[in-house]
Amino acid sequence: MTAPPLLDIRKLCIGFRSRAGAILPVLHEVNLSVCRGESLGIVGESGSGKSTLALAAMGYLRHGLQRLSGEVIYDGKDMFDRPATELARIRGGQLGLIPQNSGQSLTPTQRIGTQIAEALHLHCDHDPATHHARACHLLQQVRLPDPETILRRYPHELSGGQQQRVAIAMAMAGEPDALLLDEPTTGLDVTTQAHILDLLRDLARERDMAMVYVSHDLGVIARVCDRVQVLYAGETVLTGPARAVLRAPAHPYAAALLAAIPRLGAKGLPRALDGRPPTPDMARTGCAFAPRCALATEACHTERPDMARTGDGQAARCLFPGKVAERDAGREPPPCATDSPCALAIEGLSVRYDRPGLLARLTGAALPPATVAGITFDLRRGETLGLVGESGSGKSTILRAIAGLLPPDSGEIALGDGTRLSGAVERRRPEELRHIQMIFQNPDESLNPRQSVGDILAQPLRLYFGLRGQTLQDRAVELLETVRLGAHYLDRRPGQLSGGEKQRVAVARAFAAEPEVVLCDEITSALDVSVQAAVLELLNDLKARHGTAFIFVSHDLTVVRALSDRVAVLYQGRICETGPAAAVYGAPNHPYTEVLLGAVLAPDPDHVPRLLAEDGVELAPPARGCPFQRRCPVKRGSTCETDTPPARDAGGGHVIRCHIPIEELRG
Amino acid sequence: MIGVIARRLALGLVTVWLVSVIIFLGVEALPGDACTAILERDAHGEALDACRKALGLETPALDRYLGWAAGVMQGNFGMSASGHESIAQMVGYRVRNSLLLAAGALSVGIPLAISLGVVAGLTRDRWPDLLFSTGAILAMTIPEFVAATLLILIFAIWLGWVPAIVLTPADAPPLEFFPEFILASTVLTMLMIAHVMRMIRASVIETMASDYVQMATLKGVPYWRIVFRHALPNALLPAINVIALTVAWLLGGVVVVEVVFNYPGLGRLLIDAISSRDLPVVQAITMIVAATYVAVNLVADLLSLMLNPRLRSHQARRR
Repeated sequence: MTAPPLLDIRKLCIGFRSRAGAILPVLHEVNLSVCRGESLGIVGESGSGKSTLALAAMGYLRHGLQRLSGEVIYDGKDMFDRPATELARIRGGQLGLIPQNSGQSLTPTQRIGTQIAEALHLHCDHDPATHHARACHLLQQVRLPDPETILRRYPHELSGGQQQRVAIAMAMAGEPDALLLDEPTTGLDVTTQAHILDLLRDLARERDMAMVYVSHDLGVIARVCDRVQVLYAGETVLTGPARAVLRAPAHPYAAALLAAIPRLGAKGLPRALDGRPPTPDMARTGCAFAPRCALATEACHTERPDMARTGDGQAARCLFPGKVAERDAGREPPPCATDSPCALAIEGLSVRYDRPGLLARLTGAALPPATVAGITFDLRRGETLGLVGESGSGKSTILRAIAGLLPPDSGEIALGDGTRLSGAVERRRPEELRHIQMIFQNPDESLNPRQSVGDILAQPLRLYFGLRGQTLQDRAVELLETVRLGAHYLDRRPGQLSGGEKQRVAVARAFAAEPEVVLCDEITSALDVSVQAAVLELLNDLKARHGTAFIFVSHDLTVVRALSDRVAVLYQGRICETGPAAAVYGAPNHPYTEVLLGAVLAPDPDHVPRLLAEDGVELAPPARGCPFQRRCPVKRGSTCETDTPPARDAGGGHVIRCHIPIEELRG
Repeated sequence: MIGVIARRLALGLVTVWLVSVIIFLGVEALPGDACTAILERDAHGEALDACRKALGLETPALDRYLGWAAGVMQGNFGMSASGHESIAQMVGYRVRNSLLLAAGALSVGIPLAISLGVVAGLTRDRWPDLLFSTGAILAMTIPEFVAATLLILIFAIWLGWVPAIVLTPADAPPLEFFPEFILASTVLTMLMIAHVMRMIRASVIETMASDYVQMATLKGVPYWRIVFRHALPNALLPAINVIALTVAWLLGGVVVVEVVFNYPGLGRLLIDAISSRDLPVVQAITMIVAATYVAVNLVADLLSLMLNPRLRSHQARRR
């Protein structure tokens, strides 16, 4: 590359002062450079310092952090040496940031129009009279329909995808030379994510922008980046062209990260990466990754490796670059016997949030369609049913209704022995409660921070089995061991555990009740891929050992694929397609499943997602016809709007609810 | 939006009605009645019966409640037990005087509390914050009668700048209370500043650490513009309800301060009425105070609803 880099970070060290007074590094001698028109991906687990690096590129440090040494050169001058007025001109102008959570990054009390106008006012010399037209143009550029309406909205009135587009429009207002993106699509639906990445690629190409793309998701990186830089414990451990890194990573950490990603193509569980990264207060002797590395030798623990080049343009901080462990295929989940007894039967379940008011009931006004309707399925012992769908598809609502947290409007929930369960959790008997346990998405919120792990596990043991004293203690330790945590965790509090450990405690709590059915609500979506793989392995073990049935809800199709025996695809609270995992992930498919599968990203530079439908947001299901009618790419005239689609049998328990005959869907 | 206001208003009216019932029942339950209070030692035999007949006390409680409630709705609280004086007239001046005192304290106190809170929040853990926060804690911990006495000692007795206590009669024109009420309203200002300031400080600190303030910084918005356009509109929202409670507390008559300064406000009237067992007056004042709390909180709720777009559309959807 002949052109001088647009942004050049040299030997940057950033740290904070600990309570003991020592300076602890968060970033350690990190180099980064990016040229015009180039896009660089920064990858790492949480705590690797990747966000700190992106913010430092704008001369910004979070409260408590300080620059220890090194430079951040932009336009020939160090960002940290610039006066505040100059920084304000560059930030949001030549350097644009797109934050991780746009919902929280837009000022809640200002209309979208005001916020975009502010960016235009600060960074453009145009006549203020043209600002409104400019703002509309920017929103069109990020492919938001009806910009006039969006400009008048407040941030909370937009969907996650729309908020993210507004954030991109705001960054584009300053006509930037470089965009810094801090996990901009994490937490978005697959379809929305694919659309946004497409948009970013196009914008970068059109304007010849540089992009620094921070993400923990190698699939995203593969889609947008030319070069990749992998961070581990605040150090660069691998750099290289995206293609080479994704095909044959020269550092064992990158190889392990890749192996931990579940893929659509591969049935079976991804490989977990054991251990956790070192914290900033650990002494740096030897390779930081050595304690978790399968190939570590004596020398790895004592000798600090330098960056070493390999043939294909990669540079790895490893004593043995290019030598990576053979990736053995992940273990397949044990198949579920088709004749095992029923554990849970759901019949015609429907849930509505907006209960009709007194007036509506008296006048007999037509009710809006239920949020969730017509959910019918059986769950056998030892079986895992995956529920997939975009946000708002009602998948969590169904779980909450089964758990009794949300009384259903109609329908029946029965246990395997035929006991019909009450819709309200407080009217269920303890024995019925014990049968169904739930694990929540965010362990930070589902574990009481003031209780020790021992207290958390003791509750179900006392409640359901009346255990006391030593027997209770022994059982709690046993449970901790099943989730691969030791007895020494009993006295810890959730605040002292990592995200993965907390989720294991939540799993252990659910299994303390020895349930027949465990409801998992997006339980891995807040975790790093490496940790996610470990939790998936754990669930799989428990399933094999105890014959527990799972309902596994996720928006991530690859995770559902890795774990499920059967899959149900939901749209607007209605099941579109259901069947054995291999059949649903194969062909033929419901048009919606087709859309979802097409949008899935893979950590493969040659994989191009197919965008088949707009990623529009629907607030309520249509009153009649097919729930997917408004977005369906292959809609067949008015039949889809008026008639409920028939359940078409594709064989082997594979059912597709669509007006289009199976033979034509097969194409 | 109009539906929300109507619903809140109706709820407020129900609250006031419940309070009126409780007050009436409470007074009923007390031993003795207005006549035993008026006649004192002569309260027996014919004199008592005659008095009860004259005041209509022998009718059933429900009738008396309805009569009283109907009167209250027309602004007629009946006659005071002691002096054959119209309660409405007696209380009217006192309400005005308490309003005067509250207005004095609020007009200085609220702007001062907000600015000190904002400065303290923005300079978290540096000297302005430490100074104001320590001052606030000090002001909160010193009991009001001690603060009042100290102020009288310094400004009235040593320096002689202002009169120590209020001697103006309750029904004097408002201007005559000046400069007598300055000390009283200063004590109230000190008391309320501490609460409001600490609340605003915490809210400002939280807002300045939010993602949207970080985003505004990285969008190149200058510091003061961030503070005034992005942070403060959000930081002041939760303060509305705290300010409302303070306002209600001030309007409801501040007993201790009014007594110390001999200020002819609602609070002192209440104390006087209690000590002379003037139950109709106690009833009337309690009703006024309850209605004030309900009204002020209603205004605060509606104000937050108007200023907070998130709350507004949440209410509109009513999921």
